[in-house]
Amino acid sequence: MSENNNPHGQTTGHVWDETLAELTNQPPKWWMIGLHASWILVLVYGIYYPMWPLVSTHTKGIAGWTAVGEYKKDLAEVENIRAPYEAKIHKLSAAQILQDNQLKEYVTRSAKVLFGDNCAACHGSGGQGSIVDDPTQSGFPSLADDDWLYGGKIETIVQTITGGRHGMMPKMGGNQLTAAEIDKLANAIYNGTITKEPLFMAKGCVGCHGPDAKGMQALGSANLTDKIWRFRAKDQLASIKYTITHGVNDPSDPKTRNAVMPSWKGRLTEDQIKKLAVYVHELGGGQ
Amino acid sequence: MTQAAEEKTESHQEQYANDIYAEIANWHVNTGDEKIHAKRVPGRWRRLKWITQSVWLIFFLGPYLRWHGRQAVLFDIPNRQFHIFDITVLPQDVWMLSLVLLFFAMLLAAVTSIAGRVYCGFFCFQTAWTDVFTWLEEKIEGPPAKRRKLEDGPWTGEKIRKLGLKWFIWLVIAVLTGISFVAWFTDAFQLWHDLFTGQASGVAYFVVGLFTVGTLTLAGKLREQACFWLCPYARIQGVMYDKETILPTYDFNRGEPRGRLKKGKIPEGQGDCIDCRQCVAVCPTGIDIRMGQQEGCITCALCIDACNTVMEKIGRPKGLIRYASLDEMEGKHQLPLYRRPRPLIYLGILLLAVTGILYGLTHLGTIDLKVLHDRAPLFVQLSDGSVQNKYRIKILNKTDKDFHVRLTVEGLPGISLRGAEKPLYARKGGDTSYTVYVKVPGEKAPSGRSSITFKAKGIEDPTKEADYESMFFAP
Repeated sequence: MSENNNPHGQTTGHVWDETLAELTNQPPKWWMIGLHASWILVLVYGIYYPMWPLVSTHTKGIAGWTAVGEYKKDLAEVENIRAPYEAKIHKLSAAQILQDNQLKEYVTRSAKVLFGDNCAACHGSGGQGSIVDDPTQSGFPSLADDDWLYGGKIETIVQTITGGRHGMMPKMGGNQLTAAEIDKLANAIYNGTITKEPLFMAKGCVGCHGPDAKGMQALGSANLTDKIWRFRAKDQLASIKYTITHGVNDPSDPKTRNAVMPSWKGRLTEDQIKKLAVYVHELGGGQ
Repeated sequence: MTQAAEEKTESHQEQYANDIYAEIANWHVNTGDEKIHAKRVPGRWRRLKWITQSVWLIFFLGPYLRWHGRQAVLFDIPNRQFHIFDITVLPQDVWMLSLVLLFFAMLLAAVTSIAGRVYCGFFCFQTAWTDVFTWLEEKIEGPPAKRRKLEDGPWTGEKIRKLGLKWFIWLVIAVLTGISFVAWFTDAFQLWHDLFTGQASGVAYFVVGLFTVGTLTLAGKLREQACFWLCPYARIQGVMYDKETILPTYDFNRGEPRGRLKKGKIPEGQGDCIDCRQCVAVCPTGIDIRMGQQEGCITCALCIDACNTVMEKIGRPKGLIRYASLDEMEGKHQLPLYRRPRPLIYLGILLLAVTGILYGLTHLGTIDLKVLHDRAPLFVQLSDGSVQNKYRIKILNKTDKDFHVRLTVEGLPGISLRGAEKPLYARKGGDTSYTVYVKVPGEKAPSGRSSITFKAKGIEDPTKEADYESMFFAP
């Protein structure tokens, strides 16, 4: 090392460009404080939190913190907020929930998840049902309109979800009606003039759909006079003809329409069914 | 080039070099290597400084003011509302905050361009807290000379006692500062109770701790160094002066050439400055005002007091250091305020901000209506052929009383509303949600999107009104 005669202090001995030298000054005090504070922090962190992997486990840290514990704590916080509402829902019937605006708003917001998990796959995310391209397909009914096969009262909706629905319309094609007759009936239904069609009476449709053709909710038979179609299709007339020809859920016809609502009794709790009933009621068509 | 001209250039260069060296010899910037112990001299500006700084008492006492059984001014962050006496400001009205910030920014700019760093010298918390801290220091440790002696001296029992007492009182002030700050954001009395029973939130303890350490560091240790090297405001304000701005200024025409008194008299040919350095001794940032305006000057005017005291004693007129503009010093005519565009523009914007705030405060409204159209499905066809749309309604009640509203809708022929037959209850100080359905007969519903208007009107007080324009969709 060369002699140290630099007026500013000790140098490393390296000289560049004749005059440029490097001093061996201490780093600034604040910098050293920062350095030591950093490793102390790491040490404290390692003691406080889980940090070091071991062979089959890891250090646990004195605070006992775990990611899943934190998640559960957050979850408990949410459930704590929901608890008073849930307790009320448990005690009240679906009809009573409808009477309490605050509770109703809580249900329509929180049951969205339930609806999405259990109902939306068939009925659509907003309960809008489906309009099929192929008239031989059955699709799923809208829950947002005011036309109900089995009734739109809250109690009925609870029953529908709990027990499911399995309607039945016999096939009228083949031996029962000729193609021309089906054509006539379908056109009358399509135009909303079915009650004026003599075949309606003569062929016994009236038995299930009623003399006013408005359907019977006890049977789940469709209202043939309104603007709502259970089997909505792009070509509505073709869909009506198909329904008359092959029926609904008629075991004797392999091409029959398949329209079954399953029972949710085993899969959902009573409170969940209540919530869903209120949710569906509030989609827009509840009575 | 002629010889004479060459000589002239040479002498010119020499003069220039001499000037530079003279400047460097005097060049001094306070970088914290010396501790400033400013002398305290009574006077007019000193008194004014105490008065202006006492606005900070509001900071300490304000949170304990009650109004209708609750804290008069409360910035309730968790519940997202500000209470200022009778006014409740909800997040919807926070646009006014930007105007308040604009107001203060322009106030700062206008005042600075007219009279210098008035904020720094008379109002800034850094100046105020440092002033109180050094005042205590003087009470405990004595005048500057004694303080320096004590500082350099060995650790005697007296030194420990004095320093201990000083730091203890500083600590009390610092903790009070922290608590007072937090008290604006939560109930003040409850806070005191919670802090000392260990029930206050972690955030509260953290903020009190932060302010305690901050106050002790800034007012106890850093002091004028914060103004020099930390504060961005100081630099911003420093560039907002112009030649018409009045500032504490040394009248060099009258003062120079300076020199000491001889036999109690100012010698013949000498200016009024007797080089007593009192202006330097009292300066809290340790500058020499006689070197002209500089970044370290917070325009606190304490040097004016010091100089005036001396001038009075030696029988010379006061005002050797006084509030004066550069124009005045250069013997020019001082422009009247109405002919200076800069402060006028600042004041103009300031006036706009004030107008905006006043408009906001008088038009806060007591009710607000929000309507959200349900998108899935956009519309529903009903059995009678009419079209129904679903909406989520939020009625915001900004008052501290519950009330009811009647909701109506208009905009399309035959339009009707379901779900709002009964008056809708609106919870105080928050919003209440409802789901409603709007129905339009099929043949009257225009295909696609049409605009409709929801109207809410108070039942108890029909002057409470709010509208919301929304959409109606049809196939």
